[in-house]
Parts: sequence; C-alpha cells; structure tokens
Amino acid sequence: MSDKYRADFPLLAEKMNGLPIAYLDNSATTQKPESVIEAVTEYYRRQNANPHRGAYALSVTATDVYENCRERVTKFLNARRSREIIFTRNTTESLNLLAYSYGLPALKSGDEILISIAEHHSNLVPWQMVAARTGAKLNYIYLEKDGNLCRQDIQDKITTKTKIVAVTQVSNVLGLINDVKAIGERAHAVGAVIIVDGAQSVPHMAVDVQQLDCDFLAFSGHKLLSPMGIGVLYGREKLLEAMPPFLMGGDMIEYVAEQHTDYAELPAKFEAGTQNVGGGLTAAIDYLEEVGFDYIAAREKDLLEYALPKLKELDYVELYGCDSRLDNKTGIISFNVRDVHPHDVSTILDAEGVAVRAGHHCAQPLMRYLGQNATCRASFYFYNTKEDIDRFIAGLKKVREVMRLES
Amino acid sequence: MSLDDIYTELIAEESRNSEHKHHLVSPTATLKGRNPSCGDEITIELEIGNGLVKDASFTGVGCAISQASASLMIGLIKGKPVDEAKRLSELFLGMIKGDVTDEEQLEELGDAAALESVSQLPARVKCAALGWHTLDEALK
Repeated sequence: MSDKYRADFPLLAEKMNGLPIAYLDNSATTQKPESVIEAVTEYYRRQNANPHRGAYALSVTATDVYENCRERVTKFLNARRSREIIFTRNTTESLNLLAYSYGLPALKSGDEILISIAEHHSNLVPWQMVAARTGAKLNYIYLEKDGNLCRQDIQDKITTKTKIVAVTQVSNVLGLINDVKAIGERAHAVGAVIIVDGAQSVPHMAVDVQQLDCDFLAFSGHKLLSPMGIGVLYGREKLLEAMPPFLMGGDMIEYVAEQHTDYAELPAKFEAGTQNVGGGLTAAIDYLEEVGFDYIAAREKDLLEYALPKLKELDYVELYGCDSRLDNKTGIISFNVRDVHPHDVSTILDAEGVAVRAGHHCAQPLMRYLGQNATCRASFYFYNTKEDIDRFIAGLKKVREVMRLES
Repeated sequence: MSLDDIYTELIAEESRNSEHKHHLVSPTATLKGRNPSCGDEITIELEIGNGLVKDASFTGVGCAISQASASLMIGLIKGKPVDEAKRLSELFLGMIKGDVTDEEQLEELGDAAALESVSQLPARVKCAALGWHTLDEALK
C-alpha cells in the first residue's frame, strides 16, 4: 500500500497530544490537500469580490470562479445541465431545502414518506417536520441482520401512497452501500420521487445522477476535501423549476416590487445571499478525480481487510455492520468495547494520538434500533495507512486496562 | 495530562458503583438531564423535606466520567440541607470549568474533587457536569 497522497495533506503531519495524528474520523470531515488550501488562499488574495453584482472586472472574476465550480460539479455528477446544480452550505441545508420547497407543498394528509432507519438526522428530522405539518405519514425501511436495508420493506412500503422516498446511499454509521438505483425504480413506478443523501457516498465512489436516475441528490464539500460551508443539491430540472424558493433575499430575484417579487431562474432561485464562492470545491474535485475513485475504493477496502480481522480477534470488541460483503461497504467501522462507554474509548485513543468519533453519530433512531446508546466509529479515507490502523488497534488494547477491567 | 489522572482507580470503581443507582420510593423531585452530543441521559431523583435532601438517587446510562460523577454527587448531597447541596453543586461546577482551583475549598467536595483533572479535558467537561447541572435544575 503506497502512501503517495499522504504528504499532500499538511494536517496529517501535525501532532495530537504530542503524537503523530492517526486521523480516523473522515466520515465527519476529511482533511484538505495543499492544492485546495492554495485555491482558497488564491481566491482571497487575488479573486475576491461579490459575484453576480459588480460590473467591474474583479466581480466578473469572482463570478467565473463560482460558475466554473458549478460546471465542474455538473460534470462530476454527470448532471444534464448546470442549472440542476444548486449550491448550499451543506447536505443538511440541501435536504432542508427539499423538505421546505418540495415536501411541504407536495404532500397532504394520507400521503407517505419513506426513509430508512439508518438515516442521519439531516435526512430524518426534516421529514418528521414535513409529516407533522402536512399530516403525511413517515415510514421506515428497517434492516436485515447484516445491516443492509430490508428488502421486504422496500417491496412492501413503497406504495401508491408514497410520495417521497429519501435514503442515504451509504450509512454514516454502518458504511453499507444501499442500492438507491433499485429503490428509485420502485419509487418511480408508484410516482414517488427518490431523494439520495450522498454525504457519505459522493466522496468515496463515482456517483452519476443520470445512471442512478435519482430526482435529487445532496452532498457536502467538506467531506470530500473541500473546506466547510459549501454543499450541493442536484435536482432534476423540471422538479426544481416547479418548486418555490427556500430562502428569500438577495440574488434570488428577477424583479422586486413593494408587494411582489418575481424570482430568478434556476439555479439562482435557490441561492439567496452571498455564497461560499472561493470555497475550494473545484480544486477538491480536481484532486479527487486525479486520485480516482478506483484507487479510493481499493484503498478503503485494503484498510478494511487489514483492520477487521484484527478487531475480530479482540473478543471484547463488538462490531456493527461488519458482517456484510466488503464490496458493499466503505471504510467505516462502528464498534463498542464491552463494558466501556464509547466516550471513554475515544478519550483513551485520543491520548494515543488516534482520532475516532464517539456518540450517536446523528443517528439516534439507528442507535436505538441497534440496541446501543452510542458507538465508536473509525472511518478511513485513501490517505490513511496500515500504521494508522496498527496504532488504533494498539490503543484499543489499552482501553480495558485503563478502565481497570479484566481483559 | 495522563490518562491515569483521569481514569483513577477511584473514578473507575465509582463508575461501576451501583449503591446510589436506583429509583426512590417517594421522590418529591425527578429530573432528566441529557447530553445531546452523545445521547446520554441521567435522571436524578430527590426526596426533599424540612429543607433537607432526605434521600437521593440517579439512574441512566453514560460514560465512566458521568456515571462516577453522578454517583459521587449523590453520596455527597444525601442528608444535606438543600442550600448546602446547591452550594456544593456550584462549587463542583466551578471546579470543572476550571474557575475554582483552591485545594482547601475543593476539599468540601470530598471524593468528587477527584474529577478536578477532567477540567483539563474540554471534550469531557460536559460528561462530568451532566449530573450536577441536572441536580442544580432539580433544586430550583
């Protein structure tokens, strides 16, 4: 396993608690390569102005930076046209946009929304709100024993009452990949729309919205090497056209009178206020495509294949979502150490320079479904190494001793 | 900050001590405290009469730090006047935020003073404070 990309990430050379950092919290956010940091610096050194507003050259430059990014994302997701790409702050805002501008107007009492029990709160709480306000019913796809979505539920729960099916392509807790294309086909057969939460998939695999035939897809820049504060909503043009705006204000208008406003065309209609223009997303996608998703997937699989047997050797470690085929899993491992709370595990690993996440991972209904209050989660990206995993495992072996438990 | 300063024998043992972890027969106040970042919950039950905390207990799930802290807290306030319990709770919360460091003052907290080192771990302060914040609210 070569470490050819690791040196591109300055933060990975930093220390945590006096030790080199083993950063295993990539599902929360990824580190940024030098090229992205440089792109952001370059923007604020030489290109910064408010786009779409000024008639001067610098504002035109800023507009170009912003709109070129939209073109880059269009190509990246293989969307048909760039007006199908809406910039938001993050996945959460993209999904809220859909809840407010698609869900609320489209649903009525008796309609149904279907999500999975493995959704992040950002693809769950907005739909609870839509259900509560419209009288629609919120249904759940539960899981098979191996953590994959229950096939029977997908069969049975997508009915003529279903108007929205919103599922994550990859669970942020289990790392399992859902066949959202097949779910979308079922949804379309009953006239429902399919919304894909791509927060955990777009950074790890090639995602083609035309091939998936999804109606909407959301992802965050910061989980794919870009800085925080820029996210994307892809939407099918005719659906976006028919939707009312989400946020009102500057730049989303065509003409404003005292009592009435004509809204701008797509995509501006959904982009009120000054956006994260020099956000580095273009540089992040350039970098990611240079690395290539084949490499990324292979590397994550190598790391999983290296880590899982070592974890399974520790009889006091309980794993979640690790019984599935590895070719259906990204580099996410959720686990618990018997008799030790995940926060204590993560504090002990922290002292060893190993960063893992502990808690409910913004997926409390899934935690309860798994019978856990919280779990630890180690999540890999292509810049992680076997040495990171060795240090993670060595730290785990100390946990029960630190807690003064028999090992 | 070494792990041994956080996970002392006292804290590790106390986190598994179930002496105060049960329901009361006739609580006069019951309050649930939650830590939204980890989903942990602690419920404090108090039986208050004649200005005294006549009995107290806690239930819930949490990390070693939150469990040990709640257990030590109950042991400390049980039988004390309500005003005294409030004062001790303020003292503990002052210690855990790093505002009170005077050893002599902290002696009043008894074994709960062993959690002082947690004030050096910003990510875990909320865990140590969960039970105490809940007590504070319940006594209001």
